[in-house]
Amino acid sequence: MTTVNDACHHVRSKNAGPYWVTFDLFFKDAEMFGRYADSPALGPQLIADLFGADPSLVKRFAVPSLNVVKISYARSSPQGGVVERDMHCGQQFVRLLDVELDGHAPS
Amino acid sequence: MSGGPIKIIVPTGSLGAGALEEEVRYGLAQGAHAIATDAGSTDSGAAYLALGISKNNRGSVKRDLKILMKAGAEAGIPLIIGTSGQAGGDKNLDWTRDIALEVAAELGISPRIALLYSEQDKQTLKALNAQGRITPLAPVGPLDDATIDACDHIVAAMGPEPYMAALQAGADIILGGRTTDTAVLACFALLHGAPAGPSWHAGKVAECGAQCTVYRDRGSGVLISIDQGGFEVEPLTQSNRCDPESVSAHMLYENSDPFRLTEPGGVLDVTDAAYVPVDDRTVRVTGSVWEPKPYTMKLEGAAASRFQTVMLIGIQDPDVMARVDEFHDKMLGALYHRVHSTIGEAAGDFHISLRMYGWNAVSGDKPPVGTPPPREIGVLFVATADTQEMASQIAKACNPYFFHFPLSMDKELPSYGFAFTPADIDRGPVYEFKLNHVVHVDDPMALVRTEWIDLQKVEAA
Repeated sequence: MTTVNDACHHVRSKNAGPYWVTFDLFFKDAEMFGRYADSPALGPQLIADLFGADPSLVKRFAVPSLNVVKISYARSSPQGGVVERDMHCGQQFVRLLDVELDGHAPS
Repeated sequence: MSGGPIKIIVPTGSLGAGALEEEVRYGLAQGAHAIATDAGSTDSGAAYLALGISKNNRGSVKRDLKILMKAGAEAGIPLIIGTSGQAGGDKNLDWTRDIALEVAAELGISPRIALLYSEQDKQTLKALNAQGRITPLAPVGPLDDATIDACDHIVAAMGPEPYMAALQAGADIILGGRTTDTAVLACFALLHGAPAGPSWHAGKVAECGAQCTVYRDRGSGVLISIDQGGFEVEPLTQSNRCDPESVSAHMLYENSDPFRLTEPGGVLDVTDAAYVPVDDRTVRVTGSVWEPKPYTMKLEGAAASRFQTVMLIGIQDPDVMARVDEFHDKMLGALYHRVHSTIGEAAGDFHISLRMYGWNAVSGDKPPVGTPPPREIGVLFVATADTQEMASQIAKACNPYFFHFPLSMDKELPSYGFAFTPADIDRGPVYEFKLNHVVHVDDPMALVRTEWIDLQKVEAA
């Protein structure tokens, strides 16, 4: 099985304003990108399961020129609230690293 | 500009982050027409807007302003600063203004300074909301008066128009309140007839200074050159370079959509943009499209809400290390019980969380079964309550349990490692963003107030 960590040379997460978080998955090459850019395993349900996001507020983009898949979601509580643990969301990518890309969409 | 490209020095990603004099000199030698930089962001949280304070310290901002004001005055080109003082509220802008006046006096220069205020009065916003002119952005719902009242400060993010008006009126220095990063960098080119697509796209690429370069540790800023067919970007440090990947990848950064960026009065669409190296350190970008739309300004509102008190311990006890999740759950239950039994209903709707640093503090998720025990963890106790006094009382009630809670009752009471006395720290309010809405205006200047300080006239008088 190939994980996000196997297929990508760089994965990052960051705020996109106080209400959204965005992930950039930089795939190792065009072949890896081509194989996994549309992987059902990276669908909205994954983000809902991992981050408590509303799956209808998950956006996903393929950027072929950079071999990048971008996934953005609306946070369940806005930046800086009572339960904040990661103000910049800069550590949120870690939970994506072990996701298996050959798998089906989580149910 | 006589038909050639319009060249803008973007000396740093944020005023106070460290502009470099030699970089600015290089930009001037290339014939730059203006210096522009942003001075803030919502990134570091709502406290800066709620309190009207800067994140960058005064000395750093003054140092950068001195380099940039000196260069602008010597070359006779404008200096344009947006989102002054981190959040761009009126207090943040006035703080920056006072530093600029101090620097002008020290340099012996007499610039004409335009101050663009975009903090919003609550009554005005309520009236606009009643007219249906304020609409929500996902994931928030429609705005109500109570939310407006809950905010300490509310700003509307300006587009380029107030800057263009100030430049036309002869400003040497513009200090702006909250503005989109892109608008600050695009305004000069837009005023001088550059096409909108490349002007906005250049602004987006350069918004974080050298972030769009290959070696981000070499230097601070970039030079953008905008012409009728596109734009070019190069680092201000000779040993650094831009390549098509470093430049195009910046559209990903802190954006939820890598192709379309909504700005006041339109959408920048870079879906068909082409990034081509001009030489080994400069990239040319063509194909950026600007789609005009009805004019909207994004609102940001921040408020202090409930209060927190924190305590911190370190634990190395191997029995606890082997059962961190169980320890967490038992201790949290005991702390809630302790507050209920000692303070009771007076504690109100309080909240306690324990963040197990070294185990799962960043996510709060339970690590997979079989994760090896850590060598030690730090446990951060966070109590949240309606007043600082109550948050403090809750922490004091929890204090003996937090520092001595046993994993099992058959052993003597442990003492965990704490570093300070008193051990509880009143952290102050929780600062939160309250708004994610846009206001629809017919006139880009309608919600902006421009004030002038003309130091030449001050001297003459």
